[in-house]
Amino acid sequence: MTAATIFFAVLFYAATAILVAGLAYKIADYARTPAPLKIPTTPAPTTNSGVALRMLREVALFESLFKSNLWIWVFAILFHGALLLVLMRHLRYFTEPVWFWVGWVQPFGLYAGFAMVAGLLGLWARRFLVERIRYISTPSDHLMLALLAGIGLSGLGLKFLMHSDIVAVKAFFLGLMRFDIQPLPSHPGLYIHLTLVALLMIVFPMSKLLHAPGVFFSPTRNQVDNPREKRHLAPWAAELDTKN
Amino acid sequence: MAAPEFTVPELKEFRTIPALQPDAMAHSKPHVANEKINAAIGFPGELVENWQEKAIDKMGDLLSKYRSLKVYLDSCVHCGACTDKCHYFLGTGDPKNMPVARQDLLRGVYRRYFTPAGKLFPKLVGATDLTREVLDDWYKYYHQCSECRRCSVFCPYGIDTAEITMAGRAIMDSIGLGQKYSNEILGKVNRIGNNLGLPGPALEDTLQGLEEDVKEETGLDVKFPLDVKGAEVLLITPSADFFAEPHIDSLIGYAKVFHAAGISWTLSSKASEAGNFGLFNGSYEMMRKIALRIREAALELGVKRIVVGECGHAWRVAYSYWNTLTGVGAGGDDPFARQLQSQLDQRYKQPMHICEFTWDLIQRDALKFDKDANDHRIVTFHDSCNVARASRMGDTPGGQFEIPRNIIRAVANKYYEMPHGSTHEQTFCCGGGGGVLTDELTEIRVKGALPRMEALNHVVQANGVNFMATICAICKAQFTKVLPYYKFNRGMVGGVHQLVSTAIRLGDK
Repeated sequence: MTAATIFFAVLFYAATAILVAGLAYKIADYARTPAPLKIPTTPAPTTNSGVALRMLREVALFESLFKSNLWIWVFAILFHGALLLVLMRHLRYFTEPVWFWVGWVQPFGLYAGFAMVAGLLGLWARRFLVERIRYISTPSDHLMLALLAGIGLSGLGLKFLMHSDIVAVKAFFLGLMRFDIQPLPSHPGLYIHLTLVALLMIVFPMSKLLHAPGVFFSPTRNQVDNPREKRHLAPWAAELDTKN
Repeated sequence: MAAPEFTVPELKEFRTIPALQPDAMAHSKPHVANEKINAAIGFPGELVENWQEKAIDKMGDLLSKYRSLKVYLDSCVHCGACTDKCHYFLGTGDPKNMPVARQDLLRGVYRRYFTPAGKLFPKLVGATDLTREVLDDWYKYYHQCSECRRCSVFCPYGIDTAEITMAGRAIMDSIGLGQKYSNEILGKVNRIGNNLGLPGPALEDTLQGLEEDVKEETGLDVKFPLDVKGAEVLLITPSADFFAEPHIDSLIGYAKVFHAAGISWTLSSKASEAGNFGLFNGSYEMMRKIALRIREAALELGVKRIVVGECGHAWRVAYSYWNTLTGVGAGGDDPFARQLQSQLDQRYKQPMHICEFTWDLIQRDALKFDKDANDHRIVTFHDSCNVARASRMGDTPGGQFEIPRNIIRAVANKYYEMPHGSTHEQTFCCGGGGGVLTDELTEIRVKGALPRMEALNHVVQANGVNFMATICAICKAQFTKVLPYYKFNRGMVGGVHQLVSTAIRLGDK
């Protein structure tokens, strides 16, 4: 057992714990905080199923962004769609036997790696080229893109430039999941890739990546437009009623 | 005081996104409310000693009460989709008028005091201490937002800058940095019953005068009843309708509709205001208190229906919040709400917009029009932001766009739409909404009207439009003021029911 193996085992246990606990905390916090008033951006659906459909269009197709800015939409769809394929492709490292559909995804996931990096570079370019977006960009906005691009590029490097022993990598992760730590191949490219991924997991629950759970809790998008038909009352607001 | 000098932006044929002009509007801020004004509505008279600490406390309180605020402060990824969507940015080029930058004024402080990343690495994530400079920026730029929600249409997460602006103003109110215009109005509506401070007898006089005017015009006894118990309908309308031009012409229109349909109605001297500035300042309690006056009036007068006049934010509060605040509508469960539910006729929507009311009558053939009477007008329709993006009319989404247009088409022959992207849910604010309709903010109001003026100019040039109908008291007042800056006739703006008033047939005259 090398020091690197132990380091990465500890790192991934910690990163997973932070990711899961942090997200659980934030999601519980969002869910616990009341939305005292009906504020859907109208025209809005008048039924629950309509709201589900609106949300689906929002998270799967980025409907509002499409209306807003075609360039951002193109790069965002490219990045997120590709990321989804890449994540699906990576499921093969965590499943044994590998789920049948993960097998089908493999070739697409491979090229998606390039699309993902292309999308990220497009988004990043806007932060330099568009004056308005340059103005609002913070160092963390750049670092986040660097982090994601670093993950994509190191991943592509592992596939196309300097193979690592992926069978051993898979054994390492399956081992982690079974609390039976297996040796991780010694490979600088792999070390970089994994470090960046762990870093992403750690910053996720305390950064703007919270837009992922956030969108589901956005009252302008998840509320039904039925205020005249159904009274909407938050607990803290209901208390005011008793004081009349 | 002379109006500050500034250059009125040029109308261009195609909308362009301005280059950034940092601090272009850094000099713009409304008068601060004095001690007396603030004390009357329960706010500290002047900036409190430990304002920093109090402001952070208030922010924490709001974060625990409003999911919108919490989620929106966390979720922004600085994608930039909203940066060219705000009429105040388009009119000024001031980068702090980009919705995301406006939000960041508050977000930076949130990050610094409420998030681990901002506590540990403030520079990295754009977190800022709450300094006097930051507070001044809040005061300036949260009063260069009309809470119109146009940005929320385009945000991939639905982040609504109005929610942030409201929180910013609520925080400033809580530490004694209130805005004079809004807070003075809040005092008046609480003390007297309307935003203008028009007392009962004056209101009675005004209405009597109107009856005489209409008699002169039509020869008929069209009534403007006040405090009539047992009337079918209680009409709640913005108090500007009682005396301001062109608002009053729509009030006459409502009265004619009631007259023609033979439906008894009344105004209330206790609740003689549809507007609710509690919304603008993000104060749930204040908004509720004002709305309760309407519930009380409805109970006292024993009406069966509540109808709301032409007012944008009032309709938002009435449609979206009245049921929550006071149990008008269905599902209220305190004794007063239950009493109200049993009193109101639940076959009708409660509350109902005057346009829903009129359109319903038109569909049932209960009103007759002489459309040619409006032939001197070539009409377009300005969607008011709070109606368009924060409420609905009728049974289906988008009814708030169709119903007023249907009425216009039923009463006038010549109608043209302004260009795509400036109407319906993408409508541009008049530039005066959300509590900025005050003289010292004339510059931002004029510049903020630019996108709407460009859209209007389009149909003026192409179709000879000479009348822009709208259903909002603030829009009407704002356009009356800013149209001349763009070389348009101030008389171009008017209400939908002004058109109704012109064309409606009353009796056999």
